[in-house]
Amino acid sequence: MLTPPPNPLPIHREGESSEHALIETRDLVKAYGLLPVLRKINVQIQRGEFVALLGPNGSGKSTLLRQLAGLSKPTAGQILVGGWSLPDEADAVRAQIGLVSHKPLLYENLTARENLRFFAKLYGLAGDEREQRIDSLLKQVGLYKRGFDLVRTYSRGMLQRLSIARALLHEPDVLLFDEPYTGLDQDAATVLDDLLITAHESGRTIVMATHQLERARRLASRVVILSRGGVVYDDVMEHIARAQLAAIYSDATSMAAAR
Amino acid sequence: MKTSFLTVVVAIVAKDLRAELRSRELISAMVLFALLSILIFSFALELNRIAREEAVTGVLWVTVSFASILGLSRSLAMERDQGNLDAMLMAPVARQAVFFGKLVGNFIFALVVGLLLLPLMTVLYNKILVVPWLLLILILGTLGYTTVGTLLATMTVQTRSRETLLPILILPVALPVLLPAVRASTGILSGVPRAEWIDWPQILIVINVIYIVLSYLLFEYVIED
Repeated sequence: MLTPPPNPLPIHREGESSEHALIETRDLVKAYGLLPVLRKINVQIQRGEFVALLGPNGSGKSTLLRQLAGLSKPTAGQILVGGWSLPDEADAVRAQIGLVSHKPLLYENLTARENLRFFAKLYGLAGDEREQRIDSLLKQVGLYKRGFDLVRTYSRGMLQRLSIARALLHEPDVLLFDEPYTGLDQDAATVLDDLLITAHESGRTIVMATHQLERARRLASRVVILSRGGVVYDDVMEHIARAQLAAIYSDATSMAAAR
Repeated sequence: MKTSFLTVVVAIVAKDLRAELRSRELISAMVLFALLSILIFSFALELNRIAREEAVTGVLWVTVSFASILGLSRSLAMERDQGNLDAMLMAPVARQAVFFGKLVGNFIFALVVGLLLLPLMTVLYNKILVVPWLLLILILGTLGYTTVGTLLATMTVQTRSRETLLPILILPVALPVLLPAVRASTGILSGVPRAEWIDWPQILIVINVIYIVLSYLLFEYVIED
């Protein structure tokens, strides 16, 4: 069982965010040169939501996640996480966010423990607390016995589980997943499903970019569909039937292809 | 709250050294390249003993520069390709601490190559290179070169043509480091009075300070997406 985040964000500093959203984007624009990638994105995500971010390739999903993670500065607009503003208060936001990508974000010539220890140091963890956290996370993701093995000997599924352990080191409130199922076989995908469900049940807010509609339907509580850098659909999952989701997604893909 | 600057630098250096001691990916490529280079230069200059002795400092710095490019490019590519640079930048750490962590690692790898070259070139070029002043110049020159190199490698690693872009960018930008380093080395090895070459190490120190300060100020913009 994944442990819940111990220090919930001081959400909602007075006068900052609105509507009690944990994550909020206001007219968010990101452009590379003259090429707009995100066009006036307005999204509000409540604490504890599991948001599936769907959309065709190039729709802006990964860019949006990078913006929320503080890895990329907006061209215009505003991002608030727990009332903290990006990029001005990036350190406060980063301390509360964990990112899992389709890339492992791990060093293959280090062991799992050495990887976690390195990233734990970056988050200011030290001594017994750090070692206990590493032990606990390795157990939670089922890699305790392989903790002393080099990461380059890991399968794709094991890498992804270790990546989740890395993202949880500092016990973040928000977890961002960017195409986490890429390259996973069926068994590894099922294990990842379980870890995501557990992370969500432990109270974390999750935003996951994916192409897997069925999996998104099963796991997420809300769906946001992007196309050509804009939000074309945003609703709670229970309001949308399977066929309807597929149709909207197909429309978004066609719209992007017609560009 | 930000993790302390020194903690981050030490963690990154320790991580790089540990990974390199295990894989020897960077050092082995750099050392092999350096060995081949000095051998080829030695063969090319073999017939003319005087030319070989006079060219020794040029050969040393050309070899150190080119071997360092290999290491710099690979060192940053390893961070970028697996997304590790993003993972580091996700932590609440000073961006400059990430730069200095990478810089110290790159400096150590390049210096190891330079230190290995000194005794080898002493044998091949029949000129004693293991002298304290030359060691100091090697340290200063390598520091300046890897400072510029780490900054430029961080920039170029984000581009598709990074393998070709880094050598094209680094050599002109690092010229203010290489020039005094070569002039000081030549002065030391030629046995002329210290007064005739002592200005060059001082210039090298000033250029290093300028490059380190500039890199400190620019790194945040270089990694900005």
